[in-house]
Amino acid sequence: MKSRKPKLAVWKFASCDGCQLTILDCEDEFLKLASEIEIAYFPEATKKVVKGPYDLSLVEGSITTPHDAKRIQEVRNASKYLVTIGACATSGGIQALRNFQNVAQFASIVYARPDYIQTLEKSTPISANVKVDFELQGCPISKHQILEVISAFLNHRKPQIPAHSVCMECKAKGVVCVMVAKGIPCLGPITHAGCGALCPAYNRGCYGCYGPKETPNIPSLMRWWEGELGVKRQDSVRVLRTFNSAAKPFEEASTQMEKEGA
Amino acid sequence: METAILSRENFGALFESLNKLGYSIVGPTIKDGAIIYDRLQEVSDLPIGWTDEQTAGKYRLERRTDEALFGYNVGPHSWKKYLFPPRRRLWKANRDGKTLKIETESLPEEKLAFLGVRACEIQAILVQDKVFQGGTHKDPYYQTQRARLIVIAANCTEAGGTCFCVSMKTGPRCTKGFDLVITEILEASRHEFVLEAGTPTGQELLAHLPVRAATPQEEQRVDEGVANAARQMGRHLDTSGIKELLQRNYEHPRWREVAQRCLTCANCTIVCPTCFCSTVEDTSDLTGDHAERWRNWDSCFTMDFSHVHGGSVRSSPLSRYRQWMTHKLASWHDQFDTSGCVGCGRCITWCPVGIDITEETNAIRKSES
Ligand code: SF4
Ligand code: SF4
Ligand code: SF4
Ligand code: SF4
Repeated sequence: MKSRKPKLAVWKFASCDGCQLTILDCEDEFLKLASEIEIAYFPEATKKVVKGPYDLSLVEGSITTPHDAKRIQEVRNASKYLVTIGACATSGGIQALRNFQNVAQFASIVYARPDYIQTLEKSTPISANVKVDFELQGCPISKHQILEVISAFLNHRKPQIPAHSVCMECKAKGVVCVMVAKGIPCLGPITHAGCGALCPAYNRGCYGCYGPKETPNIPSLMRWWEGELGVKRQDSVRVLRTFNSAAKPFEEASTQMEKEGA
Repeated sequence: METAILSRENFGALFESLNKLGYSIVGPTIKDGAIIYDRLQEVSDLPIGWTDEQTAGKYRLERRTDEALFGYNVGPHSWKKYLFPPRRRLWKANRDGKTLKIETESLPEEKLAFLGVRACEIQAILVQDKVFQGGTHKDPYYQTQRARLIVIAANCTEAGGTCFCVSMKTGPRCTKGFDLVITEILEASRHEFVLEAGTPTGQELLAHLPVRAATPQEEQRVDEGVANAARQMGRHLDTSGIKELLQRNYEHPRWREVAQRCLTCANCTIVCPTCFCSTVEDTSDLTGDHAERWRNWDSCFTMDFSHVHGGSVRSSPLSRYRQWMTHKLASWHDQFDTSGCVGCGRCITWCPVGIDITEETNAIRKSES
C-alpha cells in the first residue's frame, strides 16, 4: 500500500534557470514524476502552491543577497531533505567571479544607481549557508542524473552519482582522448563525471562544467598544460574561473597560480 | 606448421572467407585521430598507409611512405571491450502488484573475428582468460563470446615508442593463442602476407584462401621482421625479481613523487588490456516497480573502489597509484601466476600527464643499487 505522496519543492536563488529547465525537459519522465510525487512548489512549472513542510527540496542558485541569505534558512527549515542542483547552488556559479574582485566596483559600472543595489560581497554555495543533504553538480545538471537522484530519494536508496573523472566516461564510450591525440587542453581528468564526456566526444576539451571530481590534482594537470601544450598561465587561470570558479579546489588552484605568476 | 603466402591483391579474400564462415570482423580503423578497434566491412577500412607516433602522454597519426595494412602499433582501444563490455546490464526486475519478475540478459550470439591482434594483446587475452574463466566463478558473457571468437593475429615488424613486449616476454612474435597469424612483407616490388595457422580453425580458414606455399626465404622474412621490431622497443623494463622489488618498497619515497603528478583519472587502468575491475550498480525508476542491475568498468583509482563502511581505504592518490602499479607488476603474480602487464605501452601513451610505469619501476630499482 502506498502512503501519502511525498511533497517536492523546487527553489530558485541566483541562477539562470537552466537546471530547472532540465527538470522540465524530462518530458515523459516528468509526467511519471508528477504521478509519484506531489509537486508542491515549483513556480517555473506550475502556479499551484502547496504549503510546506516539504519532503524533498531541490535548490537551484547561489546566495548573493541578504534577502536570499535569509530565505535559504526558511527553505531549510521547511525541508526534510535538501538537494542542491547545479554549479550555482553547489559552488557559487559563474556569479562567484565577483569573489575574486570588488563587487562595489562592478555595481558602480553596471548600474545607474548602485545605491539601490543590495548585494553580498561574495556569491556562496548553499552548503556555505545551510546543511545540504546531497549536491548534484553540473552546469546545467544532467536529466539522467536528476531523475536518478529523485528515484533514489523516492525508493530510499543511495543515488548512483559517481564522483570520478570525466575521463572514465570518455574512455568507456571509446572516445579518443583529445589531449593525448591532438594536444587539445582538456579538464576531464580533474572534472566530475556526469555529462557523458560530451565535449571530448565532439572533439573539444572538457570545460569543467561539472566542477571538481573527487581528489582532483589541478596543479599537475596545469603543469602539463603549460609545459607540454603551451598554455599560458593567464589562460589556465581563466579556464578554472568559469561556472565553478569558487569550488574549493578550483579556487585554491587558480589563486595559487595567479600568485605564482607566469 | 604450414606457411602460406597471400598477395595484397587477394587480401580481400580473407574478409570474404571470414564472412562466409559467419564471422563479423572487428579490427583497426581510423577514427578521431587515432587507430581504434571497430567493425570492419572491407580491406579499405583498415588504416592503410598510416602509422602512429607514441610517447608518454602523446599520440599522433602519421602518414607512412608506403601502403602498409598493418604498419602501426596498438591504440587507445583494446580487445577487452568485446569480451568484457564497458557497460552491461546483468538483469532487470519488474514488480507487478505482489509478484516480482526477474529477466536475465541474453548472451552474445555473434561470432567475432579479431583481425590484427598483436602478440602483447594475445597475451592480454590469455591473462583475462585466467581472470574471467580460469577460476571457480566464470563470467558467462566472457565465456560465450570467447568461444565464438577467431583470432587473426599480426606480427609486429616495427615497434612503437612506448612498446616493451620484449621486456615482458610477450612479443613481438605471436607464438600462441591465435588461429591464424599474418606477417606483412612490403618491398618496392612486392606486397604480400605470410600466413601461419595456429589451430584447426585457422587451418580451415587458410584452406579457403587463394594462397601458395611460402619459400624458406619468405619464412625467414618473418624472423627478420620481428627481429626488427624487437630492436625498436621504445621502453625497457628489467623484470628480474620485480615482484620482490616492489613488495619490499611499499614505503619508497618515489611513490610520493609520482603521486604529485598522478591525476587519479583512471585512464591507465581503462586502456590497460588486462585490467578487469568493474562495479555493480543497482538502479530503480521513479515508480520503484522497475529495477536494473548494471556492471560498469571501474578502476582502483576511484574512491568508491575501496569504499568500505566509513570511507575509502585508499583515500590518498599515493595509495591508489601504488595499488595499480604493484597489482600489475607484483601481486598479479600471486593472484594469477603471471604478470598483469604485457608491455603494450598503452598506460604510458594515454596517461594525460605522461606517467610511465617503466620509468617508475626503474627508478625504484636504481635507488637500491
Ligand atoms: S579527452 Fe579529456 S576527458 Fe577524455 S580521456 Fe582525454 S583528458 Fe580525459
Ligand atoms: S600496465 Fe600498461 S603497458 Fe602493461 S599491459 Fe597494462 S597498459 Fe599495457
Ligand atoms: S590495476 Fe586496479 S583496475 Fe587494474 S586490475 Fe588491478 S585493481 Fe583492477
Ligand atoms: S597514472 Fe596517469 S593515467 Fe593513471 S591515474 Fe595517474 S594520471 Fe591518470
